[in-house]
Amino acid sequence: MMPLLTTKGLSRNFGGLRAVDNVDFALMPGEIRAVIGPNGAGKTTFVSLVSGRIQPSSGMVVFDGADITGLPAYARVRLGVAYTFQITSVFANLSVYDNVALPVQRTLTDGRSKGAVRTGVMAALERTGLADRTHMLAGQLSYGHQRLLEVAMGLALKPRLLILDEPTQGLADSEIDNFIELVREIAKSATVLLIEHNMPVVMHLADRITVFNAGRILAEGTPEQIRANTEVQDAYLGTTHG
Amino acid sequence: MKDASPAKPYALHLGVIALLFALSFVLPDYHHGLLARIMVLAVFAMGYNMLFGYVGLLSLGHAMFFAAGLYGAGLAVIHLGWSVPAAFAVGILCGAVLSLVIGVLALRTSGVAFMIVTMMFAQVFYLVMLYLASWTGGDQGMVVPQPARVLSFGATSLELTNPTVRYMSALALFSIVLLVTLAIVRSRYGRVLVAIRENEERTKMLGYDTFSNKLAAVVVSGTICAASGAAYALLFGYVGSSFASVQYSILPLLWVLLGGAATTLGPLVGTLFMYYVVDITSGYTSAYLLIVGIALILLVLFFPKGILGTIRHRWLGWLP
Repeated sequence: MMPLLTTKGLSRNFGGLRAVDNVDFALMPGEIRAVIGPNGAGKTTFVSLVSGRIQPSSGMVVFDGADITGLPAYARVRLGVAYTFQITSVFANLSVYDNVALPVQRTLTDGRSKGAVRTGVMAALERTGLADRTHMLAGQLSYGHQRLLEVAMGLALKPRLLILDEPTQGLADSEIDNFIELVREIAKSATVLLIEHNMPVVMHLADRITVFNAGRILAEGTPEQIRANTEVQDAYLGTTHG
Repeated sequence: MKDASPAKPYALHLGVIALLFALSFVLPDYHHGLLARIMVLAVFAMGYNMLFGYVGLLSLGHAMFFAAGLYGAGLAVIHLGWSVPAAFAVGILCGAVLSLVIGVLALRTSGVAFMIVTMMFAQVFYLVMLYLASWTGGDQGMVVPQPARVLSFGATSLELTNPTVRYMSALALFSIVLLVTLAIVRSRYGRVLVAIRENEERTKMLGYDTFSNKLAAVVVSGTICAASGAAYALLFGYVGSSFASVQYSILPLLWVLLGGAATTLGPLVGTLFMYYVVDITSGYTSAYLLIVGIALILLVLFFPKGILGTIRHRWLGWLP
């Protein structure tokens, strides 16, 4: 099977800092892949390179067999690469409805159908459990609900690859359980690339885990393999093993 | 918000148009003439509001789009002897082309740089109009001859110098632009423009080419302003460089801020308010600008969102 996403020799420098260093990465369709690593390991920079928010210093990004390295972010979104932000950035002054209507109307090619936007919006809001808050301003939602709205906006793009950047950050435990269910649900129709610090969430969800450290891929494997990997334990815990 | 019943806003806008129509028959001559001028300039403000209010792009060069329409229409009549409709179309076309070119260049910047770049282009435009004095009349300007300001339909002809014809022409333009802006801001495109204003980076990550959307908004805005300028030349018969000066870039900003940015009726309210404050106070004192200044400060203090913006915020959430 051909990978949905591959990167070859992907690097990005910020001044003297090599935030992402020569990364070769492959992601199979339908997979839930978690990306973990200590702070500053280059996880967010890596997914920003994939989504096109920043340009690489060298290397290439291939999505579904096509080289997308030179494409601007909005064009990658149209190909099916959706990105939800680490720092919640819903449109606070717009209603929940309008927030989701923006991605929905973009995916509609039929300009006439007035009902289609509404149907699409409500479908995305039902899936994330926000349907009863349609007319609230997004800025008035609780933090957990704003995170869900982010996901709803990502879903509404009908992505083939959904990148979730620390989606459970700031969520209560009860909300996290629902969230895990939601991501499983999403993974039925899209490939998921998940940056996450919460280890129980990672271990529950991920089919495979990629560990970043200092801009490089340190290890990759199933949750069991990663759990048993001493190098990973060193990077995370700073301990040395005899 | 956006999917609320469309009946109320449309009823309100049609009501305003009907009221302006009715006023034509009851206003004394002086106010009749003033209101015709205000409606034309409110179109200028509506064009400005399109970009400033909805997309959040603060331009300090919109006088050039107004003046492009003014000169385009005026000079076509004066030098080429074109008919009124043809001259009006040329004026609008000049504004559309100019705003496309300026948009492509100026949108490479944002924020303060955008303000300065648009202001520089407007100054260039102003100085070029002065430089071409043999065609434009320089700082003296030119009068559009009365006999040329006639709308002919076959055998019947309407003289634009006639107060009623002038008022109704101004009202017709105002109504069309008002309903067009209402339709735009309620459309999907309007939703994208507001999203760009609120968070451009996020809008890009929803798959929108924000540059193209902003460019389209600059062209719509510039074209509306040019329509106002072209109408001004044809209805009031004067074409002059003062309309291209920086003062006329700042006035629409003031009108829009007063009336309420990102409200469809705010530009009319702001223009009306400003004109009447000047008109009333200048009747009492020669220091009327002092009173205008104080009025502006009070408004900013107590109505920071403009008159209609504050009304929408406090009472009428459905106002478009």
